[in-house]
Amino acid sequence: MIEVRVQREDFDPGAEIERLHAGRDDVGAVASFVGLVRGGAIAAMTLEHYPGMTERQLRRVADAAAARWPLEGLIVVHRFGRLAVGERIVLVAVAASHRAAAFEACAFLMDWLKTQAPFWKREETRDGSRWVEAKAADDAAAARWLEE
Amino acid sequence: MIELLYFAWVRERIGRDGERLALPDGVGTAAQLLDWLERRGPHYAAALAERDRLRIAVNQAFAPLDAPVKPGDEVAIFPPVTGG
Repeated sequence: MIEVRVQREDFDPGAEIERLHAGRDDVGAVASFVGLVRGGAIAAMTLEHYPGMTERQLRRVADAAAARWPLEGLIVVHRFGRLAVGERIVLVAVAASHRAAAFEACAFLMDWLKTQAPFWKREETRDGSRWVEAKAADDAAAARWLEE
Repeated sequence: MIELLYFAWVRERIGRDGERLALPDGVGTAAQLLDWLERRGPHYAAALAERDRLRIAVNQAFAPLDAPVKPGDEVAIFPPVTGG
């Protein structure tokens, strides 16, 4: 199962993980990552995306992970719209027979979707709102998977 | 005709999220398209001035500035992505 979803509404990480292994005896590991809106300077953020291309790019990244590691399933859910501090933004959950593939594929998926999926964050602060700048560190994190 | 889409601050500076335009003669690459759009007015110039801060997608796939564009294409112009 490779599933990619782009949605405004929240998701239930437990329910998504359950779907990856329910009724199966070949899954020995599920690794997952949940990205959240972090507080501090910001009160909320709005995620804009490119409908159509977003799904395509997430699918491409998911297919690349499935081609690289022996996976039994993966789910990517990415939200858009206005999200308050503490809300979930993104879920990556990966099922495999063994943990190494699940951990690695999970990290790869996050690193790659950050640079390949057309989302843009606009942060709301007390001083107004601003578009988040892309980080060189994110490009470097994605590039490290090309070097190995 | 070409289908143009603008996102994030490119959309805000141009003042619209997209438009359908007839591709003029001599515009055959994404870079030439940006040059031509930039001359459409100050809003476009403000959005498109910093080329190194722009990214292009042709038919929903990332494309370099020298990528060909032709009538019927969907071309999106946007800042570097910041999802995840």
